[in-house]
Amino acid sequence: MSKILNIEEPNGLVIISTQGYFNKDLGEEIQKTITDFINKGTRSFILNLSQSNIVNSIGASIIIEVIESLQEVDGDLAFCELAPIVKKTFKIMGLTKYCKTFSSQSEALEALS
Amino acid sequence: MSKNPTVELKLPILKNMELIATQTAEVLSKHMGLSEEKSGEISMALIEACINAFEHSNSKEGIFIHFITSEENLTVKVIDQGIGFDASEIAIPDIENKLKTNERKRGWGIMLIKELMDSVDFVSDSSGTTLTMVKNKDKNE
Repeated sequence: MSKILNIEEPNGLVIISTQGYFNKDLGEEIQKTITDFINKGTRSFILNLSQSNIVNSIGASIIIEVIESLQEVDGDLAFCELAPIVKKTFKIMGLTKYCKTFSSQSEALEALS
Repeated sequence: MSKNPTVELKLPILKNMELIATQTAEVLSKHMGLSEEKSGEISMALIEACINAFEHSNSKEGIFIHFITSEENLTVKVIDQGIGFDASEIAIPDIENKLKTNERKRGWGIMLIKELMDSVDFVSDSSGTTLTMVKNKDKNE
């Protein structure tokens, strides 16, 4: 139902694209993936949620743990291609105070590279 | 479908069952002519309401969802026959307090529901909880 669809590694950063319901399972999968890349030295991440247009607060809460992990290594996370309700949910929760959002992946890539 | 239909669902407490409720909400929102923005807000609030009931009610009977449409609004009632809760004991979450502390990262459901819907009301006692939330139509919808 939901999964990481694709992982790209351009210009020293990692782009994770997902598909389906952003729930606890997908949140944990993203967290594990980012943790593995942090341990290998990556510090900048883009989460492309263009194909995850529905979210719940449990999945989104796991992003708070990811932000904590990235703060410890001076890393950063950005979101791109968020559905309006996902963007609104992240804004209400305060995630967008700690993660930049971009309307397209190319825009995010240009800003973070 | 009548002009102002009412729909009742009974959801078993199983993983991702909340998505069945959102599908119903989407169909009714479209029938009522609500905007996609409002439809998304209703679905999100409904997801959170279902998850709260699944996780905290300790109900063995599943949860009941009533969708009541009218010319003015969509009312959604999420009903469980669980142990109830005291809304005054629910802390308002703040991401700044959650970061860099041992505070539980979760606990956003009620805040999200209140932010996304036009009115929200809880009636809860030891025999269960009824959450009633309303999304109003705009004059041009």
